[in-house]
Amino acid sequence: MNTNAIEAQGLVKIFGDNRAVDGVDLTVRTGTVYGVLGPNGAGKTTTIRMLATLLRPDGGEARVFGHDIAREGAAVRSLIGVTGQYASVDETLSATENLVVFGRLLGLSARAARAKSAELLEEFSLTDAARRPLRNYSGGMRRRLDLAASLIARPPLIFLDEPTTGLDPRTRNQMWDTIRRLVAGGSTVLLTTQYLDEADQLADRIAVIDRGTVVAEGTADELKSTVGAQSLQVGLAEADDLGTALSLVQQVFGAAGVVAPEGLRITVPVPHAEAVADLLVRFRDAGVSIDSVSLDKPSLDEVFLTLTGHAASDDGPAVGSTENTRNDTEKVTA
Amino acid sequence: MSTATLAPAPHTATIQPARVGLAATVSQSFTMAYRGLLKVRHTPEQLIDVTFQPIIFTLMFTYLFGGAVSGSVGAYLPLIIPGILAQTVITASVVTGVQLREDMDKGVFDRFRSLPIARIAPLAGALLADTVRYVVATTITFLTGLVMGWRPGGGFGGVVLAGLLVIVCAWALSWIFAYIGVIARSATFVQGVSFMVLFPLTFLSNAFVEVDTLPGWMQAFVNVNPVSHLVSAVRTLANEGLVTADVGWTLLSAAVVVVIFAPIAVRAYLRKA
Repeated sequence: MNTNAIEAQGLVKIFGDNRAVDGVDLTVRTGTVYGVLGPNGAGKTTTIRMLATLLRPDGGEARVFGHDIAREGAAVRSLIGVTGQYASVDETLSATENLVVFGRLLGLSARAARAKSAELLEEFSLTDAARRPLRNYSGGMRRRLDLAASLIARPPLIFLDEPTTGLDPRTRNQMWDTIRRLVAGGSTVLLTTQYLDEADQLADRIAVIDRGTVVAEGTADELKSTVGAQSLQVGLAEADDLGTALSLVQQVFGAAGVVAPEGLRITVPVPHAEAVADLLVRFRDAGVSIDSVSLDKPSLDEVFLTLTGHAASDDGPAVGSTENTRNDTEKVTA
Repeated sequence: MSTATLAPAPHTATIQPARVGLAATVSQSFTMAYRGLLKVRHTPEQLIDVTFQPIIFTLMFTYLFGGAVSGSVGAYLPLIIPGILAQTVITASVVTGVQLREDMDKGVFDRFRSLPIARIAPLAGALLADTVRYVVATTITFLTGLVMGWRPGGGFGGVVLAGLLVIVCAWALSWIFAYIGVIARSATFVQGVSFMVLFPLTFLSNAFVEVDTLPGWMQAFVNVNPVSHLVSAVRTLANEGLVTADVGWTLLSAAVVVVIFAPIAVRAYLRKA
């Protein structure tokens, strides 16, 4: 019995002169959650679309439960459910109608399709809205319906393409719970995300993908250990001190600090604990007044920075990317 | 939390044969057609071109040209009703391409493509569902004519056969627009190109006027235009209950269109889908 849900070697997809996916290898064990982490345009969606037989790879090969994605597309499609970052349900139809149509397409009788639809709507707390047209749905409801539609045939492998992008924190937590329950039920999940904490929370193993290639692979802990044991966070009292503070960090730690978006917080990996004391003394001598100091375990943000040399959010806004964006044209921005 | 709902089915139970059988393909196509009809139910405004348009066109053209072409409105009706019918139903077939393009641009299309179903089902379903539109347009045009005083000499049978002929032709033509819909970049483009094809075909025919009133060079085109054959066939079927050679020419033209455009539409569609 093959215990790998996905085995991919050297997947390549080229759009024009853009190598959107440039030799991706992935191995996903059955029954695990595998996170593919990367910024917008890194090639995550393109990779999923190839594995789900929606796009033909230009190079490499992949098997889903042992079935070749290029030669045995129909067999692969019978084993997978796909939930895209755009709503892959029919806007003009009600939730029930959507699920019944998908159920009928999957070979259920009219009665069985209605029963399955009712069962899934109940499961995803959508029963009250079942008859409403989808254009009145919130983003979170739409995602839940989208996921429900992927589960009609109870596929053993589920692709979730950025399942929480654009959702508010509460809805995101609900979605996380649902994904955890899916895995508890024995499903294998491949999820892409640009949220580092999401991969950290959900995934057993993570592949960090950047500009179409896998730059690191391992458990969250393994990835974190690549950036050192701890990191220092310093909150500055005055934004004017930022330049001085950064140059002192560089001098004492021998590494560049990462500045948080609001421009008042510097994060830097700690080479050894002594250095922290040295840095704080230098700050006081230079008249840099600080608001807060903390030592943290490294976050995946720092992992990303260390691995790729640029922050995860370099390539565009990390939140609020539109749900309707179709990513077959996703571009790798430099 | 019912684990039964979310737990995956055993692998062996879900693996389906690599090719979808004919019975399943037909059933899936009908499900896709059912989806098309559900969409119509939720957005009835989609039916404007096959409901109000035939009424308005029939009224407008009949009162506008009736006196000039046939001497009176009553005398014009046997001429114009088949003409309007052909024009309206053929125009309705453009929507197949426009809606197919809109559908293919939406996320839901990805789901259809990721399901273990026959890849042709969404296209076949769209073409099937659109025949309902043609039936609506045909019925409304005939009813408008009857209300205005048209008394077809071919009787009920002749009118029904005439209606069926028009529906078959519209279905055949919808393959052309389906092809344009598959290869086009946008729905607007489909609409534009399709009407560029349609206007000369429907107006440069005998649909609204007698052919012998036209300049000679135009008569040459009008006489070979398949729409003219269709209109003539509908006229003799509905007004006299006679099956003429025009029926044969019309069906032959429809068959030629299907033989050419169905394979290239399907091939282009499967390449994209």
